[in-house]
Amino acid sequence: MDKKKHPFLYDLSHNRTKWLMLLPAAVVVILMCYIPMSGIVLAFKEYNYHDGIFGSPWVGLKNFRYFFQSGKAFTTTRNTILYNIAFLFMNTFLEIVCAILLSELAGKWFKRITQSVMFLPYFISWVVVGAFVYNLLNYEFGAVNTMLRQWNMEPVDVYSNKMLWPFILIAASAFKSVGYGTVMYLASIMNIDEQLFEAADLDGANMWQKIRYITLPCIRPTVVILFLLAIGTIMKGDFQMFWQVTGNNPMVLEVTDVIDTYVTRSLLNLQEFGMTSAAGLYQSVFSFILVLIANRIVKKAEPDYALF
Amino acid sequence: MAEKKNRKKRPTGRDRVIFDVLSHVILLVLSALCLLPFLLVLSGSFSRQEDILTQGYRLIPVHVSLDAYKMLFRIPQELINAYGVTIFVTVTGTVFGLWFTSMAAYVISSRDFRYRYQVSFFFYFTSIFGGGLVPWYIFNTKYLRFHNNLIALILPILVNVTYLLILKSYMMNLPDSLYESARLDGAGDFTIYWHIAMPLTKSGLATVGLFIALGYWNDWYNAMLYMDEGSRNLYPLQYFLNNILTKAQAMNAAAARSGIPASDVPGEPMKLAMTVVATGPIVLLYPFLQRYFVKGVTIGAVKG
Repeated sequence: MDKKKHPFLYDLSHNRTKWLMLLPAAVVVILMCYIPMSGIVLAFKEYNYHDGIFGSPWVGLKNFRYFFQSGKAFTTTRNTILYNIAFLFMNTFLEIVCAILLSELAGKWFKRITQSVMFLPYFISWVVVGAFVYNLLNYEFGAVNTMLRQWNMEPVDVYSNKMLWPFILIAASAFKSVGYGTVMYLASIMNIDEQLFEAADLDGANMWQKIRYITLPCIRPTVVILFLLAIGTIMKGDFQMFWQVTGNNPMVLEVTDVIDTYVTRSLLNLQEFGMTSAAGLYQSVFSFILVLIANRIVKKAEPDYALF
Repeated sequence: MAEKKNRKKRPTGRDRVIFDVLSHVILLVLSALCLLPFLLVLSGSFSRQEDILTQGYRLIPVHVSLDAYKMLFRIPQELINAYGVTIFVTVTGTVFGLWFTSMAAYVISSRDFRYRYQVSFFFYFTSIFGGGLVPWYIFNTKYLRFHNNLIALILPILVNVTYLLILKSYMMNLPDSLYESARLDGAGDFTIYWHIAMPLTKSGLATVGLFIALGYWNDWYNAMLYMDEGSRNLYPLQYFLNNILTKAQAMNAAAARSGIPASDVPGEPMKLAMTVVATGPIVLLYPFLQRYFVKGVTIGAVKG
C-alpha cells in the first residue's frame, strides 16, 4: 500500500491491531449514537411503523409547528432552563461552602465521616430518592406531615401544591449531588500552595481573610470552568430526577415538566413520534450551539480546559 | 490526596474558634439531612402497617416488627429474579464495558497512532450532539430488537465517553519507554495493552469499573423503555422497586400468585423493606469502595 497516496488505508493495514482494538467500542458508539443521529429526519416526517424512519412521508415543519403551538415548547424550555440555573447556583454554593469547611477541619474522623455521609446519596438510584421524597412528603403518613400534626399544625398536601415543587426539586438535586461536587472542589483546594497560607499567617491574616483572599481566588478557575461547561447542558433536563422525584405527578406538571420528561411521556403514553422527535431535535441543536459557545469562552479564558 | 495539607501550627484566634464551631455545626446539620431519609426508610421498614397508617412515618418505630421482610421473602421468586437480572447485567456490562473502553483508551493514548485526534473526536462528538430520544428508541426497538431483550439493559450504557477519556488520561501517564522496550522485544499492540498498559493502570480500571457497575446497578430507565408487563422476569432490581413503589396492584398480584390474601400485604412497610433490600448492597459496600470513587471524581475534575 502506498503510504503517500492513501495514508488512511496504509494506516489501516499497517496498524490493524490498533484499529481492531478500537472496533468494539466504535461499533457500540455507531449503533447507539451515530446511526440514531440519522433519525433526526423524523422531525420532518409523519412516522408510521410500516414504512419505517426513511419510508415515512415528509410533512415539512408541521411537527415543529405542533410542538410550539401547543404551548408546551415554552413551558418545558422555561422549566428546563430555570431549574438548571437554580441547581447550578445552589449546588455550587453548597459545594464550595462544604469544601472550604472540610478543608479547614482539624478532626480527621469528623471530616472523614461527614464527607462520606454527604457523598452517600450520589450512589443510590433516583428510584430510591423518589421513595425518600414520597416517604417524607405524602399527605396521609409522610414524615413531614406527621410532624406537623404532632405540633397541631395543618398538614400540607404537597402533591397538589405547585408552589412547593421548585423547592423540593432544588433540595433533591442538592441532596444527590452536593457530596460529589464537594469532593471535586476539595481536591482543587488541596492543590493550593501551602506557602500562601503560611505567608498569610505570618502577616496576621484571620480565617475570613484567608478564605476571601487565598482560597476563593485560587479555586476561581475551577468554578468558572464548571459553570461554563454547565451552560452547555442547560437545555438538558435530568430526566431520571424529574420523573422519580415528582412521581410523574400530573397535578403539578406545569411547574415540573422539562423537555426530557415531556418527550418521554408523549412517546410512551401517546406514541407521538413526529412531534416528540421535533422537540428532541430542537433540544439537541440548541444544546449543541450552547456547548460550542461555552467551549469558545473556556478556550479564551483557560485554554487548557477547553473541551475540544 | 486529602491528607496532603497538614497544618502544623494552627493559630487559635477568636476567628478560629468561631469558625471551628460554625463549621462543625453546619457540617453536622448537612450530614444529618443527608442521612435522615435513609434512617426514615429503615425505620419504616421495621414498622407495622397499622402504626404507619395511624401515626405516620417516624424516626423510631412504634413497634419493631419484621413483618414486612417476612412478607417480602414469602414472594421470593420475583425478588430473586430481579436480583439475578441486575447482577447478570452489572457483571456482563462491567466486564465488557471495561474491556472495550480500555482497549479504545489504549489506542487513542498511543502517541504513535496517527489518527488519535480524529478517533478521539469521533467518540467525543457523541457526548455533545445526539439525535434525541425518539430516533434512538425507534432504531433500538425496530432494528435491534430491544423489546423484552436483556441486550436493551446492557448496550445503551456499555461505552461511556467520559470514562474513555479518564482511562485515556491514565494511560497517557505511562512512560513511552516502557512501550518502546516492549516493542523491541517483539510485542504487538494487544500484548502491550494486556501485559503492560492494563496492569499499570489497575487503580484507574478499578475506579472506572466501579462507576460502570454503579451505572448498571442503578439503571431502571432502559427497563422502563423496553420491558413490557409481560416480561416481568426481565425487570432489573431498580425497576422492580420502581414498580412496587408506583403500582400497589403489582405487589398485590405478586402476593396473589404466591397464595397470600391481598389484605395481608403490609403495603407501606413492604415498599420500604423493598427499598432497603434494593439499596442495601450499595450502602454496605460503600465504605470500602468510596476511595476509588473519590479518585475518579478528582481526575474528572482535573481534566475531563
